[in-house]
Amino acid sequence: MAERDLRQARLSVQLQQAGPIPLAADFHCEPGELLALVGPSGGGKTTLLRAIAGLYRPAGGVIRCAGETWFDAAAGRSLRPQQRRVGLVFQDYALFPHLDARANVMVALDHLPAAERGQAAERWLARVRLDGLAGRLPSELSGGQRQRVALARALARRPRVLLLDEPFSAVDQVTRRRLQRELALLREEIHIPIVLVTHDLDEAAALADRLCVLHAGRSLQQAPAEQLFRRPASPEVARLLDRHNVFTGRVVEGDEGRRLQWGPWQLEVAEGLAPLAPGKRVSWYLPPSDVVLHRRGRPSRGERENPVQGRVVEMAVLGGITSVALAFDHCDDTLRFELPTHAARRNGLARGEAVGVSLLAAGIHLMPDAPVTHPESPHR
Amino acid sequence: MDWTALSVSLRLAGLTCLLLLPLGLWLGRTLALSRFRGKPLCEALVALPLVMPPTVLGFYLMQAFGVESPLGGLWQSLTGGGLNFTFTGILLASLLANLPFAVQPIQRAFESIPPNLREAAWCSGLSPGRTLLRIELPLVWPGLVSALALTFAHTLGEFGVILMVGGAIDGETRTLAIAIYDRVQAFDESGAAIMSAMLLLVSFLTIGVVYGLAGRRRWRRG
Repeated sequence: MAERDLRQARLSVQLQQAGPIPLAADFHCEPGELLALVGPSGGGKTTLLRAIAGLYRPAGGVIRCAGETWFDAAAGRSLRPQQRRVGLVFQDYALFPHLDARANVMVALDHLPAAERGQAAERWLARVRLDGLAGRLPSELSGGQRQRVALARALARRPRVLLLDEPFSAVDQVTRRRLQRELALLREEIHIPIVLVTHDLDEAAALADRLCVLHAGRSLQQAPAEQLFRRPASPEVARLLDRHNVFTGRVVEGDEGRRLQWGPWQLEVAEGLAPLAPGKRVSWYLPPSDVVLHRRGRPSRGERENPVQGRVVEMAVLGGITSVALAFDHCDDTLRFELPTHAARRNGLARGEAVGVSLLAAGIHLMPDAPVTHPESPHR
Repeated sequence: MDWTALSVSLRLAGLTCLLLLPLGLWLGRTLALSRFRGKPLCEALVALPLVMPPTVLGFYLMQAFGVESPLGGLWQSLTGGGLNFTFTGILLASLLANLPFAVQPIQRAFESIPPNLREAAWCSGLSPGRTLLRIELPLVWPGLVSALALTFAHTLGEFGVILMVGGAIDGETRTLAIAIYDRVQAFDESGAAIMSAMLLLVSFLTIGVVYGLAGRRRWRRG
């Protein structure tokens, strides 16, 4: 598809309003792309989805999809939900309780001649692997089966965008995995923007091409999961993504070039330090995977890289993985990292012990644009 | 057996149901779905006939239907006749007295429909009108049937309001309930017994048929 056509078919959303539900969202989703809106409950995710579907009318903004303006507050334009051609899967599926699975799907097939609707509905049910269950009422279906009927109904109208509101929250873990796998397969067949609302970060990371982090109606950052988890735009995003290890340092000009002063240590940073003026205080983040434990009595190569010493204040054994928190004298925040439980045992890690770790220079992510609120360090 | 009185009763109950059905649907749905400032007041007004003694309601209606009152005067200027002691008068009184019996079950039924079913219908492309026909009405059907049953049965048994507004004019305003009272006053207890049994039978049959209709649904929520 030419770039112009792609832009035409994309869903772009820019919404602002002060209240009653504050919104300041700006994101887009390409055809065939799955964008996950993530953030805490009450963060405005569902409101945004409802605004896209035409079920909620914000005070300001523009929504475009498939080359058409669905909503433009300034121009006073707002298409009705019926005119937008949106496939929406509700959190509780919202199946019509008096209609069987076939009739539920047929409701969305009014654009076909009456004689063809029954067969078309059964084809859609077969596509979501519900053959043979067309005559069942919603109350006679399991949670997973209901979700599939809802998906078939949403797709039957040949929507221009598919919206999924926490679609896997009401089913058990096993069913959830299976449905997630099916959604991943289905994506290859339908070439429309898909927006998934979820508060489950693992689910978002597994299914989505990109994540958009929302808080109090504001879109804070959009990026692929890997990038988002390694390079959050601000301490706030890191917190919303449940990332620890956010600290504050100061840019200094040391003997060996520009460094990040953190407590008594001058840390080497692979990227982003050069443009910053010495003396500037900056928030920084380190993924737990980029913390390397120094082995007792057996120095290793990595120890030359940003070695720091801390004290173990927390050790949580979660099966084969042990989560360790280190405290430092110069700041209130702890540094968290994980290592295999057997490695923790072999190294004699215990609460109160002093240990050395290396902070890998390539992992240190600076957030120079984020405001630094506390004099010495804590953001958390 | 006073067949004329039975026919007046059945005609009154049937017409009350017929006229209250669209009114109850509109009012019940509006009260269930909209939020507006005077809503509690509207609900209280609708419920008023439930708590008012029938003779009190009948007294006020009799006053309002009189040719000296604005309503009665307007009616006379439009039709040339009065409202008191006429079938039209007792029909109007019956509509008002039965308002809560028709509106409340319908309102509760609409309130019990999860709002996202309506939204799911819109997103599936159904217009609000088709959503009402294909989704909402089948879901409120039990409430509707119960509203009709209550209205019909209550109209058959209505006494105080009808007597105040309509008196007991044969073939016009004397319903079966009033005819029974007249027979007792005239010491004709066997006549009263036959008519009472008839009223009991008709009421029972109506309610039976109607609840049978309401119960014939395979689906349940959840």
